[in-house]
Order: sequence, then structure tokens, then C-alpha cells
Amino acid sequence: MNAHSDAVAAVAPDDGIAPGELLMDVRNVSLRFGGVKAITDISFDVRKGEIRAIIGPNGAGKTSMLNVINGFYTPQEGTITFRGKQRRAMKPHHAVRQGIARTFQNVALFKGMSTLDNIMAGRSVLMKRNLFWQMLWHGPALQEEIAHRRVVEEIIDFLEIQHIRRTPVGKLPYGLQKRVELGRALAMEPSLLLLDEPMAGMNLEEKEDMSRFIIEVNRQRGTTIALIEHDMGVVMDLSDRVVVLDYGKKIADGPPEAVKSNQQVIDAYLGVAH
Amino acid sequence: MSVAASAGLLDTFPKYLLLNAQRFADRPAMRHKDYGIWQSWSWAEQFDEIRALALGLQGMGLGHGDRIAVVGANRPRMYWTFAAAQSLGAIPVPVYADAVAEEMAYVMADAGVHLAVVQDQEQVDKIASFAEQCPDLRALIYDEPRGLQDYDRARLHDFADVQARGRALLAADAARGRRWEQGIREASGDDISGMLYTSGTTGRSKGVMLKASSAVAAASDTVAFDRLTDTDSVLAYLPLAWVGDHYLNYAQGYVSGFCMNCPESADTVAQDLREIAPTFYFAPPRVFESLLTSVTIRMEDAGWFKRKLFSHFIGVAKKHGEALLEGRPVPLGGRISYRLGEFFIYGPLKNVLGLSGIRVAYTAGEAIGQDLFSFFRSLGINLKQLYGQTEAFLYVTCQKDGAVRADTVGPAAPNTDIRISDAGEVQFRSPGQFAGYYGQPEKTAEALTEDGYVKTGDAGFFESDGQLRIIDRAKDVGKLESGALFAPKYIENTLKFFPNIKEAVAYGDGRGFVGVFLNIDLQAVGNWAERNNIAYASYQELAGHPEVYKIVAGHVDETNRRLSREPMMAGAQIKRFLILHKELDADDGELTRTMKVRRSFVAERYKTLIDALYDGSPEKYVETEMTYEDGRKGSVRATVRIMDVKTYEPAQAAGFKEAAE
Repeated sequence: MNAHSDAVAAVAPDDGIAPGELLMDVRNVSLRFGGVKAITDISFDVRKGEIRAIIGPNGAGKTSMLNVINGFYTPQEGTITFRGKQRRAMKPHHAVRQGIARTFQNVALFKGMSTLDNIMAGRSVLMKRNLFWQMLWHGPALQEEIAHRRVVEEIIDFLEIQHIRRTPVGKLPYGLQKRVELGRALAMEPSLLLLDEPMAGMNLEEKEDMSRFIIEVNRQRGTTIALIEHDMGVVMDLSDRVVVLDYGKKIADGPPEAVKSNQQVIDAYLGVAH
Repeated sequence: MSVAASAGLLDTFPKYLLLNAQRFADRPAMRHKDYGIWQSWSWAEQFDEIRALALGLQGMGLGHGDRIAVVGANRPRMYWTFAAAQSLGAIPVPVYADAVAEEMAYVMADAGVHLAVVQDQEQVDKIASFAEQCPDLRALIYDEPRGLQDYDRARLHDFADVQARGRALLAADAARGRRWEQGIREASGDDISGMLYTSGTTGRSKGVMLKASSAVAAASDTVAFDRLTDTDSVLAYLPLAWVGDHYLNYAQGYVSGFCMNCPESADTVAQDLREIAPTFYFAPPRVFESLLTSVTIRMEDAGWFKRKLFSHFIGVAKKHGEALLEGRPVPLGGRISYRLGEFFIYGPLKNVLGLSGIRVAYTAGEAIGQDLFSFFRSLGINLKQLYGQTEAFLYVTCQKDGAVRADTVGPAAPNTDIRISDAGEVQFRSPGQFAGYYGQPEKTAEALTEDGYVKTGDAGFFESDGQLRIIDRAKDVGKLESGALFAPKYIENTLKFFPNIKEAVAYGDGRGFVGVFLNIDLQAVGNWAERNNIAYASYQELAGHPEVYKIVAGHVDETNRRLSREPMMAGAQIKRFLILHKELDADDGELTRTMKVRRSFVAERYKTLIDALYDGSPEKYVETEMTYEDGRKGSVRATVRIMDVKTYEPAQAAGFKEAAE
């Protein structure tokens, strides 16, 4: 299987960080919208090769945190160091260039385009030929497209979505759309993959499939994953370490077993008055 | 390579491999869609792959008489394993890939397999769960490495590594390859070429042993019968362990040299079929049924002009299509209309369905409705029926081009001898006839008559034109209290010809009247519900809807009307029916893996409903356990309504005339 990917593998960002070492460090980050504090003084880190979960009740600031990480929001305070470089205000497409890809809580695909085209879109950031060559669709640009298509076909095979290759994603059931979205994120060959509630609205079988894909992405491709998820069972099974947020503040951080028995976490989830 | 010297007697499939690698060296033997592209192997390349695998397997100790299980989807590597094993005198045992662990354990333990070639992690896990039941099982070879990185390697091998080992052995010692070829040439046609397990419609499945020379003889006969050549192609999408797939695709493929195409995945079969447009095609009636249902539904959604055009030309096809197909005279006007229809409707339709290349198509396994059968034939598709059994290595009867009927299964296949016993049972002797059930000589003796005919267990009779007509399983044919003949399958099939009814189970033997359980077809009825603004959340809710009951009652009524016209069946009309609250499922043991209803099992499982059918109650509350694909269990609860229907006076006179025709 891997014989196919040689041609394009070099495009993938090689960050030169050994598994288990620091990939991203979030320090004292605060985010405010006017007077509303979405995130207050949060610090945590993500190590290479792990599955890191960010959990918390509704409105705890999980998605805001993800938006800060991928550059959609710029925090008023604090620093984010990714792959050894501290970064300033930046745009999401800069985050993509740095090797951060994400999926969304509410699927954000190009509904009228096929599964194949949606995932190919994920490759565009890695395409080197300029618009002129791509429009000419000849010579080097064509060669490049073929190489990228191979990678995309591997992803399609990996996610077992061959049967919907040519189907417009708008026509697909929700569970499959989520899978296509994961495919598009994978196509960017990210060093850090952010998943915003990858299992929201899925039935048990779909959840199991998705869990399997997440584990395989992590194991086979060595992709570091940070995910937000409501389903506690899933989070505890999948992740190596868990950060718990409540009302924009970090209340716990550690391995799933430790977090599970933390009184503050239990209170937050059971809704004890603050 | 000395393949040229293989002109000996062709009585094994590996001998054909040697021959084909020479005579069809550059012709495609195998295609598989992978990463969205059709990859292909010529016969010479296929020969090379099989040789590498065989030498690798030999290196792992596989030898003459050893059994090797093959568990997976239709993939080139699975088919190569058949030939590689046969080339070593080993016996391939294909196993249903979707079988649950318990069923698979039974088959693999019964066959005493030494090696297993499996497709993926799912199968590896399944086999690991019952490994202690198969003490002879030395190693597993897997096709897809995905998910298996962290597994213990001691008994687990990558298919590619086994082939690489074979190639290395060959490179180190070229004589090894020659010895392998020599072994093939010297092999005896008396060797067992494979073991296929029966689906177990009637109890535990049995290993049907097939002798190489018989298997080749049977395949040669039907290849000649349908004039199959190396220019033909098939799509291999049927379960690997089913006799139909092994025979139609593997056996016929080796004898004729045609190209076998493996789909990308089970979900893409329809698209792959369209891309390949095979010339030889087999599908059970239910596939044709669902094709017709989907066409009908799509046409109902089309604009008025297209609908008009469609119904007009389908009318033309109905009138002239079958006559043209069979070369009967058709007036010029009819020919012209049909040509236009071919251009506007039939051609594009066949193209969409992937049926445009068909030269010969077969259906079997269940009865097929006259309308359904005629629909496809009128489009110019040469669809025929055959009747077969695992014990015959498929063919017992098959219809000739031009002599095709929907209600019969054709005259005896080439070189096959059929007779009807005094008790009405169909018995046969055929070239492909099995060599016995593995390890069960007493069962083998039970299956044969003293003079060597195989008892099919089916009741049937010959029509005046020499075509065989099957009524039912002989042991299922019973009598009502009134003494009227009760053939449950016949009633069920008549019901299932209605697109809205997916499954039917009839009861009545030794009882006062006939009662039936029904499953509605979720696709057909669901579409109707959508059209009529009827909301439903599940199969259960739709099945219990009063409007649905009304429609189905109409179908049952029409069934009774049809039964009343058949003198043999008129006495057993349906008095009461109910629509089951869950779909019958092979995972719950209600259907066999080949999707046949296990009537007595269903009766036991839904005993409360049977009682309710016969005690006259209008509805009944039931709770039923169901099994998910991964083995976990849940339960469904429902109150099932039972409905009465009226019966008709038997139409005596007309019936007898019809029977005498």
C-alpha cells in the first residue's frame, strides 16, 4: 500500500520532533469577546504522537480553544508555541501551512462537490504549481495532480468510502459526511489534527467506526490528534491525556483515569452550583 | 518455461493454468479495482503470482491432502490461493466471510484446516477467538495488513511476504519451479480439488468434496453449452464460499480462459458492474427484483415526458422484446419501434444497470416472477434459469437460448441424467457430482440412492416440453387438516413476486388453514410512504402502519386469487397473515447465509405469534432478542396485528385445462 505514496510523501511536513516530545505548548491564554471571557488563563501542552482530548460541559470554551489553536481567533493574552516556534496573530491558512488541520462541529464541506473533489481540495495547500499551470492542466501540473490523486485514493481506501467517491457530499448521510471531512483534513497530512466533536449526532455503529479511524490515523500515520468530544466513554477510551474546561477555566489535566475521579470534574458534569 | 509440454489430459484446474499461461499469455485473466483504478493481470502474470504463492505455501509446509481455508471477499489473492493450493494437491476450503465466529469455527474445525488465508483484521480476530477448536491450524496468512501491526507474528504472515519467500526460493533454485510444474502435470484427476460447505438450510452445514476431474468435466460442459471463450468477462461478486461463485467464475474461468473482475468493495458492485459490463452474469432473483424496484422508483421521480417515453417503449418491449430475443417473427413496424426503443430507453437503461454487454445471464436459487423475468428479457437481455446444487457442483438443469420459461428451470444440463422418484423427489446423476461429504460417509450414503443418483430433496415434475418444474423442498410439502396439498415455498414465492413483500414464511402443515408471516420491502414501501406523506422512523413502525397493512392485504388477496387457479394449490389459500415487527436476518439465524428462510427456526422463535395466528386473536405483544453484526444482543418489542383475508373457490375446470397443457 505504501509503495504508492512515495512520490508525495516528501510533501508532508517533517517537523523533526520525536514522538513524546512537545509539539505544541499553550501558555496562559485568555480570550475575550468584549466583556465576555471565553477562555481565562489556560495552559496545556500537546506531545507528539498522542491523542489529547479537550472536554467540558456546554459553553466551557472548548471550540473557542480550538479556534485559537488554528488561528481563527487571536487571544488577547498568552502565547502558543507550535513546533518550537512561538507565533503571533495569524490566519487559519497560516495554521494550515504550519501543519494544523481540523474538522468542524457542524460539517463544513463543499456540499455540491463529490467526495473525491472535497478530499482533493484538502491537497491544494500542498500543490506547488501555480494557478497558470493548474489551469493549463498539462505537463508538470498534471503529473502533480496524479501524484496527489494517489494519496487521496489511499485516504478513500483507508476510510472505506470507495462507494461514495463520485457522490455529491450534500446527498450523503451525516455520518459519512463526517468521514469525508476527516478525509479532507487527512489529505493535508497535518502534524496536528484538530477534531471538533467528531462523533456528534452519530449512532453507536458510526461512533465505533469513527473511533477505529481515529485510532488508526494516530497509530499508522503517527498523526498527533487533539479532539473535543461530549461522549465521555469515547474520550476516556481513545485519549492518552485529557484537559477539562469549565466556564473557560481549566479544572483538570491528566490521564483519563485521574480525570475521571477528579471531584471538580464530576461536579462540573453533574452541574453543581458555582 | 516449459508450459508448452502441458498437452496431457486436462483434468485439474492447475493444468488449465499451465495451458492458459501459454495460450492466453497476454489476455487478461484477472482485474481488480484498487485505489480507484482497474489493475489487471494477464494469464502469464497470474501464473507468476500463483507460482510464487504456491512455492511460498510449500515452504510453509503445505502439502498433498492438507486443507487450507480461504476467508474473504472477492479478491484476486483469494482466487489465486485456490489454484496455488490445488497445484500442491492441497484442498482449498472457502468459508463465508460474513459468518459469525461460531459458524466459522464449526466449518474450520470440521474441515480440520492446516492453514488459513484471510482478507483482513476482522477475520484474523474472528479466527483467533476460536483457535483452540482448530488444533491443526498452524498459521494465518492475511491480505490486508491494516490494523495488524501490533499482533503477535508467530503464526501470522503477510500474503506479500509468503509470495516473496516463494520468489526467493525460485530465484535460489530454478529447478524448484520446474518440479512444481511437473507436479501439476503428474497430478491425478482423482484428487479432491475443493471442499464447499452447504449453506445449512437443513441443519449443520456439510463439507461437499469435489473431485478435480468431475469439477473440470462439469465446467467444460457448461462452457461449451454457453460458448464461453477468453473474450468473455465476468464480475466476481458472489460469496466466495458459495458453489455458484466457485463454479461460474473460478471453474468456468480456468476452463474457458475468460477474465474475472473483482469489485473494489462490496458497496461498489453496482458501479463496478457498470464499468466492466460483463458478458456473462449471474444474479439471484432478488438482485433483479431490487434492480427493477430501483428503476421503477427512479422513473416515478422523472418528469412527465420521460415517464411517457419510458412507459411507451416498455410497452413495445413487452410486446416484441422476447420474440426478437428468441428469433421469432415480428412485424416490421414492431421491429422499427423496438429499434427506436433500444436507442432511447433500453440501451441507456442497460448501460446504467451494467447489463449492456450481457450475452448470457442466469438466475437461480429461488423462483422468479413472470413479470420480473420478462421485463429483463424484453430489454434484450438473454436471461435464463438454471437449477443446481452444491452436490452437483452447480448445474443440474439449465435453459437453452430460445427455450426459456419463467416457471420452469429447464431440461437436464449436458450429460446429466434426471429422474423423478415415486415420491415426487428430483434425483440426478451429473458429471460434476460430488465425491461425498467430508468425514461423514453415513450422510453421503443418505444423500445417494442405491444406484448412485443424488437425492435433491426437492419435489418437482417435468412439464410436457421436457423442462423441470420445482415446487418445493420435498420434506416441506405437507397437508392441511382438510387433506389439501400445502407447498409453503410455492405460496411464499407467489407472495414475494409483489415488490412490497420482501420475505414470506407460510405455515399450515397439519393445521386447519394457511397462515403467513411477512416482511415488507423497506425500499419499496418506504418510497411509497414518502410519496404519501406517511412518516415513519423505523422498519418496525412502517411495518405496523394500518395503511401498509391495507396494501399488503390486497397483495395477499391477489395471491389467493392466483392460488385458486392452480388445481394443486387451490386448497391451501391464506386465511390469516401478519407483518413481522423486525426483518428476518441471517445474524439471528432466521435466514441462511444464502438468504433462505429457515422456516422451522422462525416458527420456534416466534412461537407466540404462530399461536396467535391460529387462536384467532387480532393482535399480540411480542419481545424478540436480536443480534448485532458484532455479536452483541438487543431486543425489540412490538404489538403485532394479525389480519384475516378471504379465500376463493377453486377454479376447477380452468385449472385442469391449464395443467394439461
